[in-house]
Amino acid sequence: MAAIFQGVGAAAPLSSSPSNSFDSNKSVFSPRRSFSVRKRASFAVVRSDGIVNLNPKGRSAQRLISNAVATKADSPAASSSSKPGHELLLFEALQEGLEEEMERDPRVCVMGEDVGHYGGSYKVTKGLAKRFGDLRVLDTPIAENSFTGMGIGAAMTGLRPVIEGMNMGFLLLAFNQISNNCGMLHYTSGGQFTIPVVIRGPGGVGRQLGAEHSQRLESYFQSIPGIQMVACSTPYNAKGLMKAAIRSENPVILFEHVLLYNLKERLPDEDYICNLEEAEMVRPGEHVTILTYSRMRYHVMQAAKTLVNKGYDPEVIDIRSLKPFDLHTIGNSVKKTHRVLIVEECMRTGGIGASLTAAITENFNDYLDAPIMCLSSQDVPTPYAGTLEEVTVVQPAQIVTAVEQICQ
Amino acid sequence: MATAFSAPKLAAQPFNTISPTSQHKPLISPTAASPFLGSTRKLLRLSSSSQLNLRRRSSGSVFAVSDIVKEKKSTSIPSLLITKEEGLELYEDMVLGRAFEDMCAQMYYRGKMFGFVHLYNGQEAISTGFIKLLKQQDSVVSTYRDHVHALSKGVPARAVMSELFGKTTGCCRGQGGSMHMFSSEHNLIGGFAFIGEGIPVATGAAFSSKYRREVLKEADCDHVTLAFFGDGTCNNGQFFECLNMAALWKLPIVFVVENNLWAIGMSHLRATSDPQIYKKGPAFGMPGVHVDGMDVLKVREVAKEAIARARRGEGPTLVECETYRFRGHSLADPDELRDPTEKAHYAARDPITALKKYLIENNLSGEAELKAIDKKIDELLEDAVEFADESPLPPRSQLLENVFADPKGFGIGPDGRYRCEDPKFTEGTAHV
Repeated sequence: MAAIFQGVGAAAPLSSSPSNSFDSNKSVFSPRRSFSVRKRASFAVVRSDGIVNLNPKGRSAQRLISNAVATKADSPAASSSSKPGHELLLFEALQEGLEEEMERDPRVCVMGEDVGHYGGSYKVTKGLAKRFGDLRVLDTPIAENSFTGMGIGAAMTGLRPVIEGMNMGFLLLAFNQISNNCGMLHYTSGGQFTIPVVIRGPGGVGRQLGAEHSQRLESYFQSIPGIQMVACSTPYNAKGLMKAAIRSENPVILFEHVLLYNLKERLPDEDYICNLEEAEMVRPGEHVTILTYSRMRYHVMQAAKTLVNKGYDPEVIDIRSLKPFDLHTIGNSVKKTHRVLIVEECMRTGGIGASLTAAITENFNDYLDAPIMCLSSQDVPTPYAGTLEEVTVVQPAQIVTAVEQICQ
Repeated sequence: MATAFSAPKLAAQPFNTISPTSQHKPLISPTAASPFLGSTRKLLRLSSSSQLNLRRRSSGSVFAVSDIVKEKKSTSIPSLLITKEEGLELYEDMVLGRAFEDMCAQMYYRGKMFGFVHLYNGQEAISTGFIKLLKQQDSVVSTYRDHVHALSKGVPARAVMSELFGKTTGCCRGQGGSMHMFSSEHNLIGGFAFIGEGIPVATGAAFSSKYRREVLKEADCDHVTLAFFGDGTCNNGQFFECLNMAALWKLPIVFVVENNLWAIGMSHLRATSDPQIYKKGPAFGMPGVHVDGMDVLKVREVAKEAIARARRGEGPTLVECETYRFRGHSLADPDELRDPTEKAHYAARDPITALKKYLIENNLSGEAELKAIDKKIDELLEDAVEFADESPLPPRSQLLENVFADPKGFGIGPDGRYRCEDPKFTEGTAHV
């Protein structure tokens, strides 16, 4: 669905295919946000809607390699094997990121149910146990609270565990450990112990998985002080966020989505990470800022196609960092478009959208021409029936209607 | 299975029958219709004797389910269990624990510390008996009743007292408090307020030790972790889950149950279907041992065996120490439910008095020397209180520190800079 091309050298566009226009976006080393820069090579990106934007006005001129713009179509030119990089599905990208970090640092280990011999319920840890052994890729008994606590204790004593919840919903059982120990121990110990864990797992509404397997825990965890939350949405940012999360000294919760594991994208061969605190500009625009994350990004992009045909120019930002919010990217966008629509899969009540609405109102109220609109899932347990499940989450048609309403 | 009491000997359990305020009836006759809503099994209790049994263990005091922990053979000549130096070390540690807790109570009522303070009076034998056998790199994980564990592990009394006063010189910079004592230098990994939540952390520390040895190939890494918790915790899921995992992977950990028979106002017998906690060890494949927790030498013997077992890589042990807390659950607990006879029974078995008697009777020390130690501890505590009193309170600028190890976690502000770069952040006034 998205393709990123790594160009070597300064400004050479990579393809001359008329249907694929390229925007050469040089990344410049930015001292202010330099903490996690890995590469200085230039970086050519293909825009998601095919629109050429050779003038990066409205975007900050200084960009790190981590601010990737995702493309959509698989055109013949895009999937040519002569292009640099390699194609991966999202779960393979996660696996690659994890494997690279495990090679790089022997203290990185994985623990969870069925992560070892089974390879993970979504195959994210496939092959790792064979390669690194049963102790480094630990198959745990079904005791979420305890093995999450075990991971936290291991982190406090020098290891860097990646704890997998087979489904994010199961981590509700680990809430005691995540809230009390993961979030708080660095503080209550006066800074003596760090907890560099990554807690990850698939969540979100899938295809008729039933209410309990379709939960969105980002809203429950967001108040916990001391943790960071990120949500990946493309193979590129999945791998980048996985690596950044593992390297971070803070506890990070990485939210993956059950329906996104088979997305395909071309990834660079080089080592790269995605900044944990930054949002991703998916599609620059002028009329309205649409803030989204995870699977809803794709619903938004689908709606964007329709909107473009109707003459609107939405700016789409994948906020990626659910806690803390990247108020810089979001703020710049609000200052430009003056209209905000939040599209999320979280519940209406107390969800990420609710917090984001509050944050934007607090910080950028003067720049808003219209009240912020927030489209969230219905406050219902996700029904099993397909027709009902479909209307529980936000659909592209609703997004189109909302934009039309805001832009009146 | 040996039990210390058999049915007719009601006299051996006076506190169950005499007091009218007693919440539960004797468990002796299962056929009698009892209004007692609690366990119908017997509790393994020890005979009320303050004499340290140095010759052999009575069959009721240490029950080894596995023969890994072997019974000491009785010899005609009693051999002493400790040397003079060891004896004095144990004595000093227990006196420090007791005096510190008494000082805490004093300071609390003088308004120097607040909140929930849980004192360890009466249980010193367990902390001293176990922790004095550890190396510095071994870890101790405790609960909210953690002051004495911290002191035994080597955290200076000054640091603990300052922490209780909420001063910035405390071991956790005043941010933890009574229930969250941590020390990375001494490998004291908490200090947990919710019961049971420390046990998985201890399991993780033990896992680290095994990982270092087997994956990171640090061949000499034989660090052991001790997890201390109470009888109430033994009904909690995390306890059982961790027993399973520790035994499964043969983690170098010792689970030490400080069974003081009461979880605030809930008698162990009213909460637990089978009150003999040590029996739960073999169910998971590890030895379960019951020991007299008022006797520091017995505890030490069992601890030696359990810790050695863990160091050798043979896996975990569950040690149940029968003990008692002389004070209430916390300083806010009026302690009305416990039977005065029960309290008197255990007060007569004060571990410090018992050790003192042992040392004197076996000519390991004299009154004068022990009194000198008492005085030394008193002076140490005076100094600790003075130090804590004079220490500064945490400034506002400390508020936002230590929330994240990497303060970039507070995110990027509207102006494009990381919030932690905002000068207001370091002042503690930034709104994050």
